[in-house]
Amino acid sequence: MINKFTATALTTLALALPAQAQNFDDPVEFAKQKDMLGAAANGDASTPWLQHYGDVMADTSGFKKDGPHTICFSNAGVNNPWRVVGWNTMQAEVEQHDSIAEFVVTDAEGSDDKQIADIEDLLAGGTCDALIVSPNTTAALTPAVEMACEQLPVIVFDRGVNTDCPVTFIKPVGGYGFGIQSGEFIAANAPEGSDVLMLRILPGVDVLETRYSAAKRILDEAGLNIVGAEFTDGDRAKTKAIVEDYIQRGNQLGAVWMDAGATSVAAIEAFEDMGLDVPIVTGEDQQDFLQKWQEIGMNTIAPTYPTYQWRTPILAALKILDGEAIPGPEWNLPQPAITNDNLADFVNPAMPPLHYAACGCDEMPGYPERWGGK
Amino acid sequence: MMPRLKQMNPVFLVLILLFAAIAILSPYFLQPAGYMNFLKRAAPIAILAVGQLYVINSGGFDLSAGALVTLTVIGSSILLDGDASATWWVIIVMLGAGVIVGVANALVVSWLKVPSIIATLGMMITLSGIALTWSGGAPRGYLPENFRFFGRYLIKDLPLIKILPVAVIVMVVVCAAMWWLMHRTNYGKRLVAMGDNPKAAMLAGVPLTETRIVAFVMSSVSAVIAGILLGGFAGVSTDVGVGLELQAITAAVIGGAQLLGGRGTVGATIAGALVLQAMFTLLNILGFPKPVRDVVQGLILISAVVIAGYRRRRSGG
Repeated sequence: MINKFTATALTTLALALPAQAQNFDDPVEFAKQKDMLGAAANGDASTPWLQHYGDVMADTSGFKKDGPHTICFSNAGVNNPWRVVGWNTMQAEVEQHDSIAEFVVTDAEGSDDKQIADIEDLLAGGTCDALIVSPNTTAALTPAVEMACEQLPVIVFDRGVNTDCPVTFIKPVGGYGFGIQSGEFIAANAPEGSDVLMLRILPGVDVLETRYSAAKRILDEAGLNIVGAEFTDGDRAKTKAIVEDYIQRGNQLGAVWMDAGATSVAAIEAFEDMGLDVPIVTGEDQQDFLQKWQEIGMNTIAPTYPTYQWRTPILAALKILDGEAIPGPEWNLPQPAITNDNLADFVNPAMPPLHYAACGCDEMPGYPERWGGK
Repeated sequence: MMPRLKQMNPVFLVLILLFAAIAILSPYFLQPAGYMNFLKRAAPIAILAVGQLYVINSGGFDLSAGALVTLTVIGSSILLDGDASATWWVIIVMLGAGVIVGVANALVVSWLKVPSIIATLGMMITLSGIALTWSGGAPRGYLPENFRFFGRYLIKDLPLIKILPVAVIVMVVVCAAMWWLMHRTNYGKRLVAMGDNPKAAMLAGVPLTETRIVAFVMSSVSAVIAGILLGGFAGVSTDVGVGLELQAITAAVIGGAQLLGGRGTVGATIAGALVLQAMFTLLNILGFPKPVRDVVQGLILISAVVIAGYRRRRSGG
């Protein structure tokens, strides 16, 4: 009796949960990002961090202020190589502007609570002319961002918040776009009907879930046989063991799709060490993957989530304080994919293995030492 | 003939049956690439299991081995940060750290009279904490190619076996040395005597503290070596060592080692490690996911202890 009751309760719960959860497989957003990938961005292609899609602009004349300015930045953390590269890039951008008198930064170290307190402290300090926020998580940071909006111009970038009060929200095309780029490449290049293994870092993160749902949609439509979708925790050893397991089970893998590039090289090594030809293994713009790709001559693709988006918020803040209109309430930056055609432009053995090549930082002061290069 | 067959450790029979099943299901394993790759993946766990056997034969457990594997991989990657010229001294530093951990474990057990299962549990938590603090929880640094040589490199174009992973050579050399120390020296006899009956061993003149120190150092150093192989196999990883100490204990028990000391051979322990790896391989070929493998590992551990106890009662040993 108790069992039956529990089972019913669990079923109810299981049915109720998806309704509350965020929708990571939204056909409307999928179509929107697919259109953006196919469209030409406005602005100069040599400075993609200033480009944008569409014509909707935010009026900022009310924020016009005489300089020099104090720009404040609440950072979610510098806890992965992508954020390290981005953070270095942002600091280099700040140094290029004399109109920035002071750049006040707080590091939330990956904690929602600390970031909420950080934002409160920055507001209480009263010296900020503009606030940049890179939120740790979407829902938790929304009230703090709303509070900030009442006092000064706010710019949000990378992960979003559930409010449109910021002047603009800067991000590349998005997760669906990433999945579309790699999914379409596999659909076009993998042997017809072949096995595809999908490797993911972890569940529940919106930018990763949307990459997966978009790629899966395309692979299914192309009639490819998805033999598994496994979580690697971003761990190289786990990734290599999973790929070896699938090979040993006798799967004829025509492609391994990756939701991020950090463990792509481990997946490639699994084929190499078993004496097999390396099939399509997608990646990202990390140097280790790009160098491996060039070295063994693969046919693959590396969609990016470009770190040059860390330059944009600084430039946006200065434009806002000059009263110049900027793209808003959403500012979508181009999201390039690296292919065999432009691979050579991105490979640079002088940079560290986990450097993200699409940093837009090659001509900034302190390059390459600031980014760990030689 | 019959009595000899009865005396033979059943682990070898189980191993042959498992290999036969794998070979039937996946002919890939009959090719050199297949079985050599299998041995390569089994090498770290075999080395760990033989190291663990020293502590088990002394009458204890070493639960800190897995955490030390993780610390070795993370520490090496941070110290090296891709600098190939530093590989040798980093390996020496890591082996030195292994010796320190082993001596500390043994002294806590001997001097402070803490049961080894608690002492090494404390060490496991401490080492995990150090690794987490040091790395900030995310993989950092990079392992250069010459460090990864031991875990990854294949010697190719050999006659007969065609390929030979360096990890397999490391396994053979390390296990041979540990076999010699266990079964061909007075130290091995003292160790088994201590595990069987510490009081009697002490009265017979066995220096208990020194014997225990060597046993724990063997386990810790084997964990560092396993860490070097695992880091070489796939590169930096923050949870590479999780659960390995239990796999090592399982392997030793499958090989017939008696928990709480006094009985267990290196050869059978290596066979136990191969049985465990073969079991994982078989379950994988059959398409079972990883959690099922954990369940099976637990069941095997319990069954092995039950069967070993049954055999001992039957043989009156």
